[in-house]
Amino acid sequence: MNQPLPVDQGANAAIQRRSVGEPLTLDGITHSYGDGLAVDDVTLQVAGGELVALLGPSGCGKSTLLRIVAGFLNQSQGHVKIGERFVDSLPPNRREVGIVFQNYALFPHMTVADNIAYGLDARGDSRSDQRFRVEKMLKTVRMEDFGDRKPGQLSGGQQQRVALARALAVQPRILLLDEPFAALDKNLRLDMQIEIKRLQRQFALTAILVTHDQEEAMAIADRIAVMRKGRIEQLGTPVEIYDQPETLFVNDFIGSSNRFEGEVLGREADRYVIRLDNGAIWHIATSKTFSTGDAVLVTARPEQLVLVDQPYDGAFAVERTLSLPLGGTLIHDVETPKGATIKVAAPRRVGEAAPPLGPTHCALTENAAPILFPKSAG
Amino acid sequence: MAGAAKNEPGRVDWRLAAPLGFTYLAFFAAPLLILLAMSFAADDRFASFSMDSWVKFWGDPFYRGVVYDTVRLGMVAVLATSALSYPIALLFIASGPLVRKLLIFIILLPLLTSVVIRTFAWIVILAREGVVNQTLLALGLTSAPLNLLQTELGLVIALTQIEMPLMLLPLVTVMQQINPSLSDASRALGGSKWRTFFRVILPLSLPGWIAGATLVFASATTAFISQTVIGGARLVYLPSLIWQQSMVVFDWPFAAVASVTLLVAVLSGVMLFSLLGRFARTT
Ligand SMILES: Nc1ncnc2c1ncn2[C@@H]1O[C@H](COP(=O)(O)OP(=O)(O)OP(=O)(O)O)[C@@H](O)[C@H]1O
Ligand SMILES: [Mg+2]
Repeated sequence: MNQPLPVDQGANAAIQRRSVGEPLTLDGITHSYGDGLAVDDVTLQVAGGELVALLGPSGCGKSTLLRIVAGFLNQSQGHVKIGERFVDSLPPNRREVGIVFQNYALFPHMTVADNIAYGLDARGDSRSDQRFRVEKMLKTVRMEDFGDRKPGQLSGGQQQRVALARALAVQPRILLLDEPFAALDKNLRLDMQIEIKRLQRQFALTAILVTHDQEEAMAIADRIAVMRKGRIEQLGTPVEIYDQPETLFVNDFIGSSNRFEGEVLGREADRYVIRLDNGAIWHIATSKTFSTGDAVLVTARPEQLVLVDQPYDGAFAVERTLSLPLGGTLIHDVETPKGATIKVAAPRRVGEAAPPLGPTHCALTENAAPILFPKSAG
Repeated sequence: MAGAAKNEPGRVDWRLAAPLGFTYLAFFAAPLLILLAMSFAADDRFASFSMDSWVKFWGDPFYRGVVYDTVRLGMVAVLATSALSYPIALLFIASGPLVRKLLIFIILLPLLTSVVIRTFAWIVILAREGVVNQTLLALGLTSAPLNLLQTELGLVIALTQIEMPLMLLPLVTVMQQINPSLSDASRALGGSKWRTFFRVILPLSLPGWIAGATLVFASATTAFISQTVIGGARLVYLPSLIWQQSMVVFDWPFAAVASVTLLVAVLSGVMLFSLLGRFARTT
């Protein structure tokens, strides 16, 4: 205890061989299993130290893309570049890509310490170096006391930590995470998301996270690539993806939103004037071009709508059927005369209870930015 | 709650096991005891007992040689079937469902034919003018036909083919259950294909290998038909010695000694394999 304790700094310096992660470039990646196209011409640049989430429904090709980066699959077309080097012809064991699987894939016959040492041993580190690094990694993921256990004696979250430590121990150039949180319960999932984000920042790791949980992607990704049928439908920051979805698919996949049909009446300054089928007139800004008379779809998030007592030309009549105080938010289910259900969310003031059910009116909030799509897109 | 006590783990209702248990006692344990007693009989009428037969058996280098050859045959059969089974099992787990079905069919095919027929088929293949020799001669790899019948090599070749399913089936079953992500994880961590096999696949497949090795060893050491038909009179193993002593010489006490020895040899082999497996897993 007399000695100064530079241990942590030393460990981190040793782990942090590269101060900034290396960029990853996917160039026109296409892959088909037999005749089905699983990944279709995907081009993606991940900057050094950036975490990009691949988000999309089941079967859209996320895992396939990840397996191509790791080298488990050889793509039919396109190139993978890590740093300045094309890795297409390298086998997985020479790509220096770390991967964490949904089921963790810890070696069940080895102790936690041996699991973490596996990659170190494979690259020929000396026994003492291995022991040193295993200890550092156990410390990094806060599992110091578990080195001698077998994976079967650990909880899901602990196994997850070990899998992460094992992948990070060899200082991979890229970290791949294939639905790493899917098997965890909700609270633990949040802890582990923070943990991964912390480690990824700490080691300035370039990382790709596969998920079909949009909240998870929003929470920890620097950018999100929304995938559909093997293609990247939209790539952007979580805020861009949420606020400015480029397609109806992205709009529907991220968050919840209400959909209205309407018609373009004309243009006023920088906004289109839209008359909704329910009678309300909305003024909506967009970068797309429409002409008068076009049939359009308008989408608005629940928090962009508000319930008002008095009718005016921007509001339409609805019937409030349900109000739920969810913590700091009041969620209203309202029904249009035609029977469509619309969700409205409003911040709840302290002490405010759900208002009585019955007829009312629905309009846009002051700063709402609903999205316009051509009707044909739906 | 009354029912709950019955479902407690570790508490087995012995009454369900009783019919088979008594059958074993009457027709397996009892004859074994009689066999053991017989090995100490001094004469045919079992009037007195002595160590004579045991001394005669173990004092003679020829009989000790027979024991050694029998155990050796079992070990070599285990080695040969293991060496051939692992590549096939690896191919199996790497294949799609169609190839898997085909492989299983090929693995099971030998089991559909009787051992006797397969053994005689091997005579046709291994004989001086058989398929193997004709091929070797035609290729110019040998100038005179090889003598494969009545040799240990020929017997091992035949036993390996005959007993492959016993090794392959448990091995494939266990290897199928190994999470394929484990190989991927090993590869991504920088492990070569060989390291992945020896450090991950092999240790995890040991339960299947132990089962297979046990079956192959037990059946190779006791394969009376193959041993006598292919080994002929030149190669003597414990099963044919037992047959000869009991049915030709009618020295029952001596045959009993050989039988007990064979039994102990098989059991020791079986125990050795599971010990080996357990040892390999913990290191
Ligand atoms: N080994 C395979 N052989 C044939 N087709 C496959 C194989 N693996 C995946 N596919 C197909 O390729 C497509 C993409 O699969 P992939 O596993 O990449 O989807 P995913 O986005 O990871 O889905 P999930 O969210 O369910 O994991 C799917 O249509 C799937 O059926
Ligand atoms: Mg997947």
